[in-house]
Amino acid sequence: MPAILKVQADGADEGCVTFVLHNEDHTLGNSLRYMIMKTADVDFCGYTITHPSESKINFRIQTRGSIPATEPLRSGLNELSDVCQHVLNTFQARVNEFKERQEEPME
Amino acid sequence: MAETMNIVEEIRNRVILGEYNVKNNFRIDIVHLDESTMEFDMVGIDAAIANAFRRILLAEVPTMAIEKVFIYNNTSIVQDEVLAHRLGLVPIKADPRLFEYRSTGEASAEEEGSEIDTIQLQLKIKCSRNPRATKDSADPRELYLNHMVYSRDIKWVPIGNQADVFADSVIAPVHDDILIAQLRPGQELDVIMHCVKGIGQDHAKFSPVATASYRLLPDITLLEPVEGERAERLKRCFSRGVIDIQDVAGKKVAKVVDSRLDTCSREFLRHDDLKNAVKLARFRDHFIFTVESTGILPPDVLVTEAIKVLMVKCQRFLSELDSTDLE
Repeated sequence: MPAILKVQADGADEGCVTFVLHNEDHTLGNSLRYMIMKTADVDFCGYTITHPSESKINFRIQTRGSIPATEPLRSGLNELSDVCQHVLNTFQARVNEFKERQEEPME
Repeated sequence: MAETMNIVEEIRNRVILGEYNVKNNFRIDIVHLDESTMEFDMVGIDAAIANAFRRILLAEVPTMAIEKVFIYNNTSIVQDEVLAHRLGLVPIKADPRLFEYRSTGEASAEEEGSEIDTIQLQLKIKCSRNPRATKDSADPRELYLNHMVYSRDIKWVPIGNQADVFADSVIAPVHDDILIAQLRPGQELDVIMHCVKGIGQDHAKFSPVATASYRLLPDITLLEPVEGERAERLKRCFSRGVIDIQDVAGKKVAKVVDSRLDTCSREFLRHDDLKNAVKLARFRDHFIFTVESTGILPPDVLVTEAIKVLMVKCQRFLSELDSTDLE
């Protein structure tokens, strides 16, 4: 089972880290980058697909101050998961509403 | 130059990234929903996440499709590999959530596949001459029996406890009129097929959508009142139903009625007197999704599964972060 997540720290500074995420592409990379950029103390956040033939991304986070870079990564993943949950709940509620409205004329 | 800068500034500020903007001004409106197509609006979300949903719908929602084709007899003129390729592309109506992925073990004994990850199908058909055809008919439909092999000839062979688990639903191709091959008397096909669970990223035959796409809602504003004959010409520049001519104090005035119907052809820019009267832009957070299913799963189930796939991705990395102690 290949390692999903690997870290390449920049010297001794825990705030500037490049994560290597295997088996990922723009689907998670871009949406995660968007969620992390909205975090307050992130100086830099970006991702690269090193080569289109390899399915891995280099995800770089640089934080302001001495905050370890895993923190915005973790909070970004949590927030993205929350957004998905919210979208899922809203969508399912609206679909059920729509289906009920469709059945009314038949009764 | 200053004009374009102002427009760019306005475009950049249109979606204000509030702290929790998703929870506050996010909404979904379902416009159309039936068993095969769905159109819905997602308002108040960013393009990155909407695109992630679209990509997952196309490539990462799993389905069942024919993967291994064991050809016992193929005397038709369709080559073995071409036949196998065509069979793989036939959509199979089996709920992929009830199956598991086939483990990629090195042991070749695993190849048999068990009832939890494989569906076995059979196609056994032989073409023969019709004894009751008239002497001088030239119509193949009369002359031959079984000369067209359709997807309805694919039969399910339950293995293990599948007959009990799927007692009330028959596993078969979604459409029964897909032409697979043509035969002539004496030719036959005897083929066993194994279906496995896969995702579109691996092969497009596993993609559950005919297509899934989104467009942004156009924003058409009239910068100055357009009247009379100019209004008529302006109406013709846009798609039907976008601009309506209304009678205001005896004069015919153009008004934007429904910008959703527009296809943004920008025809009005070709007319010198109209090009400064209209501003055409798009709402950057209003996505009109169209999802067409191949029939395996209904489109609203597909969208739900796609959102769950993105959540599972996040959870997987969160558990990796928690478990491993990163150097």
